[in-house]
Amino acid sequence: MNKEKILSIRDLSISFMTTAGEANAIRGVKLDLYKGETLAIVGESGSGKSVTVKAIMGILSGNGSVKEGTIDFTYERNGETVHQDLLKLTKKEMRRRINGKRIAMVFQDPMTSLNPTMTIGKQIMEGMRCHYKTPKKDAYEKAVSLLSLVGITEPEKRMKCYPHQLSGGMRQRVVIAIALSCDPEVLICDEPTTALDVTIQAKILELIKEIQDRTGISVIYITHDLGVVAKVADYVAVMYAGKIVEKGLAKEVFYDPRHPYTWGLLSAMPDLNTSDEALYTIPGSPYNLMGKGKGDAFADRNAFALNIDYRMEPPMFQVTDTHYAATWLLHENAPEVGMPDALKNRISRMRKEA
Amino acid sequence: MKRYVAKRLCISLATLLAILFILFLMLELMPGSPFNDEKLTQSQVALLNDKYGLDQPVYYRFIQYVKHMVTGDFGVSYTISKNTSITTLLASRLPVSIRIGGQAVLLGTVIGLFLGLLAALKHNTIFDTLTTVISVLGVSLPSYVFALALSYSLGYRVHLFPLLYQQEAAMKSSVLPTISLAMFTVATVARFTRTEMLEVLGSDYMLLAESKGLPEWRLILVHGLKNALIPIITVLAPLVVSLMTGSLVVEKIFSIPGIGSLLVTAIQSNDYNVIVTLAFIYSAMYIGIMLFVDILYGIIDPRIRLAKEGNYEH
Repeated sequence: MNKEKILSIRDLSISFMTTAGEANAIRGVKLDLYKGETLAIVGESGSGKSVTVKAIMGILSGNGSVKEGTIDFTYERNGETVHQDLLKLTKKEMRRRINGKRIAMVFQDPMTSLNPTMTIGKQIMEGMRCHYKTPKKDAYEKAVSLLSLVGITEPEKRMKCYPHQLSGGMRQRVVIAIALSCDPEVLICDEPTTALDVTIQAKILELIKEIQDRTGISVIYITHDLGVVAKVADYVAVMYAGKIVEKGLAKEVFYDPRHPYTWGLLSAMPDLNTSDEALYTIPGSPYNLMGKGKGDAFADRNAFALNIDYRMEPPMFQVTDTHYAATWLLHENAPEVGMPDALKNRISRMRKEA
Repeated sequence: MKRYVAKRLCISLATLLAILFILFLMLELMPGSPFNDEKLTQSQVALLNDKYGLDQPVYYRFIQYVKHMVTGDFGVSYTISKNTSITTLLASRLPVSIRIGGQAVLLGTVIGLFLGLLAALKHNTIFDTLTTVISVLGVSLPSYVFALALSYSLGYRVHLFPLLYQQEAAMKSSVLPTISLAMFTVATVARFTRTEMLEVLGSDYMLLAESKGLPEWRLILVHGLKNALIPIITVLAPLVVSLMTGSLVVEKIFSIPGIGSLLVTAIQSNDYNVIVTLAFIYSAMYIGIMLFVDILYGIIDPRIRLAKEGNYEH
């Protein structure tokens, strides 16, 4: 494979100082993003998805600190290929060189993520004006074309609008236009559709996909909605308690999941064809990040936990060239344990539908 | 917008007239008269009353007064400075009060904003604590405490500034009163700026602005402060009026020939026209500043704009 690696995260560990002590939110994350592809990071609330991407953007909140690791970003500058560890840059350098310009972000709630006292036109033009010193007229024209690119009708009229004059779906389109304004290489979407209603969700996903086809931008999706993942992702990384527990091509993770946590997530997905009455839920509650207990963080909630799960954290086992999972069930000495039957049926249904 | 302003101006005018009328009624009910010199005989008082038209019924006097006022004639003083027109009387005093008040507003707002911003940006540090201490002191200590402390230290001890107001050294002698008056504004503005900025800094749109890679000053001033301004302006507006109209105590301490002390003397001596004029100025300023602030709201926050600009909901 000679795909271009654009972002490569190695051994990333982040912790937050809280009044209750130190919370280890990210515990050794390793991830790659390739040019033009879509990576989806899935996991439940508090699994560290957002923290990971905030670290990429250098916008961790004040009490968070990166313990170790590297985030290597590869980009072209004046025809030269530059490798840069983003964690080595100061906040100021990040702002000047990376944020918005090369890596842009779309946030979860469009109702609150636009500045209420600035016209949307200004908010779109602002990035270009700051990063490239684009003349006002050019910036204006580009902003208008971006608005029509994200599917906003009468873009020139809307340039003068304030956020409160637009609906949620339109605001999210504006946020996407802002993110695209400086032609970034990477677009990070932090649950971009969670706050929107279902019909708008599908449209926004289509829009991002379309933009990706057109511009070749790489996208990182953060979501807990597996439906979204199935629609858009090339790669999937499943996160639990600050670690990646399974990653692989989307079809591998969906059709041949190996980690019991992924099994749980897939089983918990509502589905029109399920005959079972109650929807499956993963038992227990998320892992306490304060603790430094031995063993696998998921062991207590895992119906398939082995003895060793309580004593040692499992390493990443390789399933295929692209598919990895961190579970002792993949060890050669592990007993033969397959995924639950209900999930097997569901996956075979999903295969048929696909 | 124009229609809104015109409407507001009409309402303001009606309000002012109503205030004037109530003033006339209240003065009528007040015991005593401007002419309570014991040496005056009954007939002399009657003569004076006749001369100034004070024997007329209150509504008649009110109408006459308003008629004259429109032409810029606020009447004459009865007791404080006999037969001088109010316009002349105020010409020397009003500018002094407005000047010191204006300086205090300016100084208080600038320092208050600065302290509030500093405290919010350096949240939970020594700067934050210091600002909180200054805020508490500024709000809880009355202005005359600062006035006395300043005039003792910088005036009496160090001789840096004059102890009493000197007309010929207006700038220099206005420094101490300005600072003592500004303390309350500093404290109030700093406190509100800090709270509002902290809220704005934690908002989603600040995170988006940060992720756009904007320079820090732009983040703080254009995206941050602008959104924090509305509540700050709201508390500032009445402060402006009360500072501009002079403070009795501070004027007394520094012997400032302002309108704060004039109003008290006028009330004590039943100098009707002076009371009416000063109250009128006070009300007009208050109404004017409130109107200005309402228009300012619309400029700062488009959600408050009242004109029918139309929403594009889809």
